[in-house]
Formats: sequence, C-alpha cells, structure tokens
Amino acid sequence: MPQSTYREALRQTLREALQGDERVFLMGEDIGAYGGSYAVTKGLMEEFGEKRVRDAPIAEEAIVGCCIGAAMGGLRPIVELMTINFSLLASDQIINIAAKVRYMSGGQVSLPLIIRTVSGGGNQLAATHSQSFEGFYAHIPGLKVVTPATPYDARGLLRTALTEQDPVLFVEHSLLYGSKGEVPAEPYSVPFGQAVVRRSGKDVTLVTYLRMVSVTLQAAEQLAQEGIEAEVIDLRSLRPLDMPMVLASLRKTHRGIVIEEDWKFGGFGGEVASSMMAEAFDDLDGPVLRVAGEDVPMPYNKGLEQAAIPDAARIIKAVKAVL
Amino acid sequence: MATRTQQPRAEAKTALDLYHTMFLIRRFEEKCAEMYGRAKIGGFLHLYIGEEAVAAGTFSQLRPEDYIVTHYREHGHALARGIDPKRVMAELFGRATGTSKGKGGSMHIFDVEKGFLGGYAIVGGMMPVAAGLGFASKYLNEKRVALCIFGDGAVNEGAFHESFNLASLWKLPVVFLLENNGYGMGTRVERVHAGLEMAHLADAFAIPSEVVDGMDAVAVREAAGRAIEYARSGKGPFFLEAICYRFRGHSMADPVNYRKKEEEEAWRRRDPIPKLRHELLEQGSVREAELTALEAEVEQEVEEAAAFAEESPEPPPEALYQDVYAE
Repeated sequence: MPQSTYREALRQTLREALQGDERVFLMGEDIGAYGGSYAVTKGLMEEFGEKRVRDAPIAEEAIVGCCIGAAMGGLRPIVELMTINFSLLASDQIINIAAKVRYMSGGQVSLPLIIRTVSGGGNQLAATHSQSFEGFYAHIPGLKVVTPATPYDARGLLRTALTEQDPVLFVEHSLLYGSKGEVPAEPYSVPFGQAVVRRSGKDVTLVTYLRMVSVTLQAAEQLAQEGIEAEVIDLRSLRPLDMPMVLASLRKTHRGIVIEEDWKFGGFGGEVASSMMAEAFDDLDGPVLRVAGEDVPMPYNKGLEQAAIPDAARIIKAVKAVL
Repeated sequence: MATRTQQPRAEAKTALDLYHTMFLIRRFEEKCAEMYGRAKIGGFLHLYIGEEAVAAGTFSQLRPEDYIVTHYREHGHALARGIDPKRVMAELFGRATGTSKGKGGSMHIFDVEKGFLGGYAIVGGMMPVAAGLGFASKYLNEKRVALCIFGDGAVNEGAFHESFNLASLWKLPVVFLLENNGYGMGTRVERVHAGLEMAHLADAFAIPSEVVDGMDAVAVREAAGRAIEYARSGKGPFFLEAICYRFRGHSMADPVNYRKKEEEEAWRRRDPIPKLRHELLEQGSVREAELTALEAEVEQEVEEAAAFAEESPEPPPEALYQDVYAE
C-alpha cells in the first residue's frame, strides 16, 4: 500500500476537495504565498489561484466569521487557524455563532464549515504557542471535533468533514506532520464518532488521541516486554465520542487509563474517565486513572517542557499503579 | 407646522408603503411591551420604537435575494423584511410556530427564505458574518447585497474594524448600516468613542460613507438606495450612518436613569411616523380616510398576531435536543 506523510495526506485531500467542488475554498493566514506555516497548503495557491486559496489578514475573528457567512451563503469554506492558540481570538465566532446558528434558527441554517487548526506543544514555543484546546471546544454542543493521529485518518476524517452540514474543528498536531503511514490509493473515508484499536491487549485499556497515541504505543511496547499487554484505543473523534468501543474494551481488560497532552485539571480526559467509571463500573477492577499535561503554562526550557508533557515512562507508571 | 414644498419627496405609493411599515412596527412593538408586562414574553425585550424610519427606509430598497444580518433590536427589521408578524410574535412567546420554533427568541429571528440570517446578541459579533455573506455573493457571481445592521456600541468592538478591513480589501458587496441612537445601553457615545464622528471610521478603510437623518423615512430610503446600489455594483462596501433615537429604554428592564426628559421630548417631536403622516396629507398623496383604514388594518393585524401567538403550542420536550446537529 502506498505511504504518505500526514502533511501530504492532508494536502492531497485538500487538492481533491478544491478540484471536486467549486464551492470549496481555503482561507487563512499565510496559507497561499507562504505555503502554510506547516506547509500543508504548499503549492495550492499556485494551482488554484487566489480566489480559491485566500490569504487573509491577521484577524482571526473576521476570518472565521467571514467563513461562517460564506458557509451560510452556499459555499464550503475550509478555514485554517494557524494554531489552536489563535483560535481564542475567534472563539466568539466559533462558540456563539458557528456552534449555535442551527439551533437558534430552529433548524433553518446549516453550516458546512471546516476549521483546520494545529494543537499541542513540544517545540519550545512557550506558553501561548503550545496549548491543546480541542477538549475545550469538544465541550461545546453544536461543534464536532476530530483529531487524526495518522495520515490515513487525516485523509479519511477530512473526507468525512467535507460531507458534514455542521461546523467541524479539525485538529492536527505540529509534531505529526512528518509522520508516515499507509494511505490507500482508492477513495475511502473515516466516519466521525468511531474510535480505533491501535493495539490489542487483555490487561489494561489505554484511551488516547493525537500525538499521545504514538507515545502510548511506545509505552505499550515497553510494557509488553514485562508481560503486560495493553490495549491502545485512538479516539480519533472527540465529539461525537465513541464510548461503546471504550466500554467494550473495558469488559475485556477491567482496567482503564485515559491519556492526553492537555492539562489534567478539568480536561477532556475527565469526561472520558467519568463515563468509563459510570458506564463500566461493574466491569472495572480498579479506578480509571488519568495521565495528562502538567497544570502549568508551558515553559520554554527544553527540560521543563519535556517534564510538562506526558511520556512513555509516566504512562507505564500509571499502568502499574492500576494493575 | 409650515407647509412643505409642493413637490412630493417620494411617489405616493412608495411613501404610503413606508408609512405602513413604520406604523406596523410601532404597533407591534407597543403590543410586545404589553405582552411582556403580562409575562407572555420573557428574557430581554429591546424595542425599536422611535427608530422605525431606519428599517422602513432601508428595507424598501432591498431585493428579495439580498441578505440581512442584524443585532438584537430587530423586530422592526424582521417586519420591514416582510416576515409574518404572527410568526415573529409566536417566536417572542417561545411557541413552536415561531420563526425559530421558539428556540431563538427576540434576539435570534431567522427566516432563511427571506435572507434574514439573524438576529445576534453579541454586539458586533455578526459583522464578520455579513462580510462572509458578501464574500459568498461575490464568489458565486450573484448580485446579492449583504445588509449588516449594528448600533453605536458596536463601533468600538474589534470585530467592527476587522470586518470593515476585510470587506474593503476584497471589495465585498456589504452595506454597513449604523443605527446611531446616541446610547450604547446606558452610555452616551461621547463617553466611549474617541476621535471623529462615526462615519469617519470608514475613511481608515477607504470605504465611502454617508450620514442620514434616521428620523426621516424618505431620506433614509434615498440614502439607502445609494448605499445599496454602490455595494451591488461591485465597487465595495458602503457605510451608512443613520442618526436616530429610541424613545424607550435599552430594554424593558431599563429604568432609563441616564437620559434627560427634555432630550427625550425633543426627539419625540421628531417622531418619524406623525411626520410622514403629516407630509402625506399635506401633499395630497393620500386622504385621511385611507390612512385611518390602513391604520385600522394594522391594528387588526397586530391583534391577530398576539392571538395567534397565544393560541400556539409550546415546543414539545424533544425539541430540547433537536437541531443541535444536522442529523
């Protein structure tokens, strides 16, 4: 099967979207002439022109709001927020308009809007460039939030996003762009609300998403050497959330841990863990634990930054605590 | 009052339509106040009384395919757009027959068929959306204009400036209509807005602007016609500032401690409705009997709207989870 990088899988899918539907256009800061700050949209402006690949001023509120209006006016915008940190400037548009127009209009308004953005840290970009807000947005009724961890899922979830009539926050990770994986040549899509088992195991269920998937798989490899077989579930989709798959896994393993890069206190992992405990209580042999980012603004110093982000060692420690 | 000029400022039918729209808005809003007092309408109620000329004049120049995005003092806009008063009143009553099935309320009126795309409660928040509707119109080579209505409070929000910049940069067919009634809730504009008069805010973005007497429906109609034609021609956005005054408080909850009675009385003497009524009669465009008949029809229409709303069912319990998502 052909291999592709996460970045290439996204670019190819965007290219096909632009080719296949005149209503699709891209808008964002430095996505055109610069080629995108993570090079995802490189070459697309040259290929499709400035009308379809639109460089915008640094004005996140206006950019997202403009794309909301464009979606209401019959287009299929794919807006890029350079990082999820900058989404805060557009949060009124995302939360108070995009997430709510269908409901407030009594179902009259559809909003086929895709907001692509980049989450996470680990590049020494310090406190305001290293945050993970996907869990925060998954909290908002009316939004859909997906988090592809592999090139296959990046393409598959984006293809599904292009069929949606609701606003989708499509969350990528900066450290995943260069990662390689198998991507079929034939068309396929990955449905929202469907998690995937990355590694089968009988001893403990490890639930995670985005870059923590690969970190968790590393931990699982090390645990296997000690005879502990972990089952790793990649959520792929935070809202809608595939709890049935997680619960089915717990019926087998009886122990669960939720792993995320975002801050622990009040984080999305709390929602997953509380559902695991409430809905699989009789299947559990111990409490559901969480491994998450340290509750601090991200420091610049490399060592401190590494200490703030979950690694395989911390996941292994949590597994042993729960067994 | 002195006799007006011999030449009517507008054709008789047009002027009568303006009068009809204003009178409908006025009576509807008065009925809303009554219904609010009887707890039929809940939440916040922001009345348009005094500002009717702005809606009547502007909307008389829109085409059916144009888009409207507005703020929460919007009943007058909805009625001027031709949305059925029954459905608007039912929405205010929260009933299932309302424009948003009772799920939006006074601040969130939508009628997609009429291009009325909300009704927004966050000051200035809808302005980028209006730019986006203009964007879509231009992208698709349609000739629609997006009318964006906001108040004097909005000009200090970041979204205002960002939207002006975007609309001007990309020459979007947007008419930015400022209903400047001198007060952002309880705060006079001079206390919160630095710099030149508001129309000049457009200069920074190379957007043409005009200031119009918002208490004169015919003047508003003429100015709006220029603004809309400009935007529709593809030259870019236009900023129209209408100077007006709301006779009541910010909302029904407002005790209005921040305005002087003399000021209110001075503006009431400029009430656009008796002004146009007088003009119509003076010019011989219409007879008293016709006006009285029209007014009686409107009173009846408003009564029927309230009765319809009262008799309409509440939304069912399952409505709580409907229309959060498409499926």
